[in-house]
Amino acid sequence: MQRFLVRRFLITIVTLFAVSIIIFAMARVSGDPRTMMLGEFFTQEQYDLIGQKLGLDKSYVEQYWIFIKDLARGDFGHSIKEGRPAGDVIWERFLSTFELGGAAFLFSVIVGLPLGILSAIRRGGVLDNFSKIVALIGQSAPNFWLGFMLIVIFAIRLEWVPPSGRHDWNSIILPAITLGWFFVAANMRLVRSAMLDVLDSEYIKLAKAKGVPGYSLVWKHAFRNAIIPPLTFAGVTLGNLVAGSITTELVFAWPGLGLLAINATLGSDYPVLQGVVIIFTLLYVGAALLVDVLYAYIDPRIRYA
Amino acid sequence: MAADLALTTTSKPFSLVMSRIQAARRLPLIPMILLGLVVVSGIFANLIAPHDPVDGDLRSRTLPPVWGGARTAEKLVVEVPQSGQLLYQVSLEEAREQDPNVQLGDTILMESGSGTRAGGSFKYVLGTDQLGRDILSRIIYGARISLIVAAVTLGVGGGIGIIIGLLSGYYGGWVDELLMRLVDIILAVPLILVALVLVVAVGQSFEMIIAVLALWIWPRFARMVRGEVLQLKNLDYVALARVAGASTPRILFIHLFPGTINTVIVVATLQVGIVILVEATLSFLGAGVPPPDPAWGSMVADGRNHLVDAWWVATMPGVAILLTVMSLNLFGDWLRDKLDPKLRQIE
Repeated sequence: MQRFLVRRFLITIVTLFAVSIIIFAMARVSGDPRTMMLGEFFTQEQYDLIGQKLGLDKSYVEQYWIFIKDLARGDFGHSIKEGRPAGDVIWERFLSTFELGGAAFLFSVIVGLPLGILSAIRRGGVLDNFSKIVALIGQSAPNFWLGFMLIVIFAIRLEWVPPSGRHDWNSIILPAITLGWFFVAANMRLVRSAMLDVLDSEYIKLAKAKGVPGYSLVWKHAFRNAIIPPLTFAGVTLGNLVAGSITTELVFAWPGLGLLAINATLGSDYPVLQGVVIIFTLLYVGAALLVDVLYAYIDPRIRYA
Repeated sequence: MAADLALTTTSKPFSLVMSRIQAARRLPLIPMILLGLVVVSGIFANLIAPHDPVDGDLRSRTLPPVWGGARTAEKLVVEVPQSGQLLYQVSLEEAREQDPNVQLGDTILMESGSGTRAGGSFKYVLGTDQLGRDILSRIIYGARISLIVAAVTLGVGGGIGIIIGLLSGYYGGWVDELLMRLVDIILAVPLILVALVLVVAVGQSFEMIIAVLALWIWPRFARMVRGEVLQLKNLDYVALARVAGASTPRILFIHLFPGTINTVIVVATLQVGIVILVEATLSFLGAGVPPPDPAWGSMVADGRNHLVDAWWVATMPGVAILLTVMSLNLFGDWLRDKLDPKLRQIE
């Protein structure tokens, strides 16, 4: 177990190191911030001065070293566009994305788990077919389009909720559904198939033969075992939610990391872009690590190292 | 006794018919028809499409689909309408074109001009967009773009993934370790952001979107093929081929690759849907197929400023994406059950 953990941890570090190089290179090809700041007319001296101020006159190796050193201290550098620490800019937006991701996650669990369980119990019934359609739409529709459809129906026609922005409590409903729908589908399918497996197992048959009532059979005996696959999937969900938030935030003008990343890319704001990509990557890699460790903890057969 | 006999003889053909129906039901007929439709319209877009997908008729901007009604507006007839009041006022001259008897100070139900719209017609079955382009024709040409992107991406990305998977699984050891870590790294990078950065830096192009999608898709093929090869390579026939003096490329491509084909076909079918979705997302963000080519994703983006007055502009191309990807998923699930029952993880 310990060897497995150490190995898994080392792999994570190597992955992060490689990704940091990719991010560093990516930000360098996304445009020259010096020309962005100076506008159309400038002298060579002004150009060099700004370069010195931003540390762009140093060699790439030195720049990378500074980048890593600052990162280790939690310093993402200065936002070129806003002229204040990129970390602050990112942190403000992080809470907003966290809120959206959390709401979407909650939605996917609250809707996905019961639908999955009920459709496993009443296999082939109306609810089973209904949830199959919900799952199919969630996995096949592009989420930006789902967002627009929800806006047209619930914000423009019915006027129940605001179409965009982050103002009242109810402005989070549509973005959360848009972002969470895909994971409703995934959770539902996982719980359903796990539940079907468990309900078919010997110990449930024994419990049934012993006369355990239906309610207790489903919730006390079967559900506890059927929850394991979706639980481990939750880690993956978390990582993917972050990536999916880019389009959702654009559709709903939700002021989070995704929108920040798009604007930073278009404005060649290196430090902010780097910071966002690093946060996204950390969340994804961290979630994957968590899932693997959790798996190894729950299921001894996985500790193959 | 006789009753029993009668029951069995009548129930037998009945159960036979039922099993026939069930077998037919399992064949994903509707998805296959829809996919056929997409492929046909992609190939013969120039023959099928009723209008030009790029050149629009500016006089027929944002016309509703065929079932959409006309919108009229009640306006006050004045000498000269105030600016900004065109929705509520109309000039005498303009009003007389519609009704010669109208007088100053009357209100008239206008059928043309600001705030009004003609009804849907069979000329533009799914309506037109903000530049007067026929949405149906754009969807048909969009099918061609999606097909080309999906095919080229699968060819390039699938090819690379298969080769890497074969090498990784066959050699094992540090080669395997290195290649699989590479897979981990690529899967950990937020692809959409990388694509955005590249588009800003290098510019939008067809090659760029293919490169990004292929980069994104090969690790998925590599993982699956590697898993298959790990099981196959210990079988006797591979060892015998080696003893018989077969070269490594020969073992890889003649002896191991055929064993992975079922997996590859299933992965490919299920990945096509995801490739189409990601391509649509990138096009939506302006990092996909360059305009004015009608990619489905960028068509949805075109409609986002017209959600209030012309919902169909964003809706129709999205329906095309939804139906195509849905069909691919259903067809892929069916294929997986047919070709490779052991791949069947989720019912």
